[in-house]
Amino acid sequence: MAHIALPEELPGISAGFAFRPETAKPMRELAHILLHEPGSLTPGERELIATYVSSQNDCYFCQTSHGAAAAAHLGEEQTVKQVKTDFESAPVTPKLKALLAIAGKVQQGGKRVMPEDIAQARSRGATDLEIHDTVLIAAAFCMYNRYVDGLGTWQPENPQVYAQMGQHLAQHGYLRPSSKRS
Amino acid sequence: MPHIKLPEGLPGIRGAMAFRPETAKPLNELVEVLLCGPSTLTPGERELIATYVSYLNDCHYCQSCHGAIAAAHLDGDEALVKQVKADFQHAAVSEKLKALLVIAGKVQRGGKNVAPEDVAAARSQGATDLEIHDTVLIAAAFCMYNRYVDGLGTAQPQDEALYRERGKQVAREGYISVSKTYLPAEAFAR
Repeated sequence: MAHIALPEELPGISAGFAFRPETAKPMRELAHILLHEPGSLTPGERELIATYVSSQNDCYFCQTSHGAAAAAHLGEEQTVKQVKTDFESAPVTPKLKALLAIAGKVQQGGKRVMPEDIAQARSRGATDLEIHDTVLIAAAFCMYNRYVDGLGTWQPENPQVYAQMGQHLAQHGYLRPSSKRS
Repeated sequence: MPHIKLPEGLPGIRGAMAFRPETAKPLNELVEVLLCGPSTLTPGERELIATYVSYLNDCHYCQSCHGAIAAAHLDGDEALVKQVKADFQHAAVSEKLKALLVIAGKVQRGGKNVAPEDVAAARSQGATDLEIHDTVLIAAAFCMYNRYVDGLGTAQPQDEALYRERGKQVAREGYISVSKTYLPAEAFAR
């Protein structure tokens, strides 16, 4: 049961968004820019960063929905699983591994990010904008994850629900609801 | 030195927002709704929640900045802001705000730490669902802002007078209005 009277039948963050449309708008827009709009990191790579941080924060809804969005972009889900358990041995670029290391530090706390972490990412071709966006994606998911779990939202266990959500997010992004009230 | 090349002369989150005006827009809009928008919690109370969470996250810039804005809303009472950071249970704030600060502190450690008893305690002191929602989201949002500011290694002045000055201005004019002095147009319309 959610901690407050959220609209029923809406899973995870969708319930928080429907409860408070004024805050939903900028939160949706932020996710859309960071994860969906064109960038030099692919949407799949950015969803992997979001999924990894959500998994480190132990947020079931976010790691499963963004994991599904990442899988929809990548066309397979094995890489998503591998990134969550051990990204160093996952079939992703050395640059993304260095960015995931930065994201993992941000998840623990912003001060954990060291000049060496940045130098490593740069030596593998990361730009300042990619480093900025990695830091902000990781920071933003420290918000979304706490919002979803801190309200005690309903988080379905049916993998089908997430697979559909992932398809919708990968295609349409974050500006419009992916879960509608039935 | 910041980890990436941020515009100079803009401390803390301002340098980061000037670097990326596209994301500055929703970041500014969110803080404006949460801390300045219509609410049954006063702006001072909401700034105290933001300050407390930023203090727990050990973010110097955010706790100084929002502490100064809180003080500006609270007739310049900087001692109260310090007391909330050090030990809010003994601060001169309402029992309802104390219960909300407990929830904010739990959210800071992780969303799952919020227990039904914490929410029940806040309700018994008169907190509404909307106030509980906004407390959870203010705490969660500052776990983002704090990590953004520290994770980029932004410049964070030590001079308290700078924050005091800025705090008064933001308390008077709001976040979006003040940021118009240093952010380009794309940070305000898309």
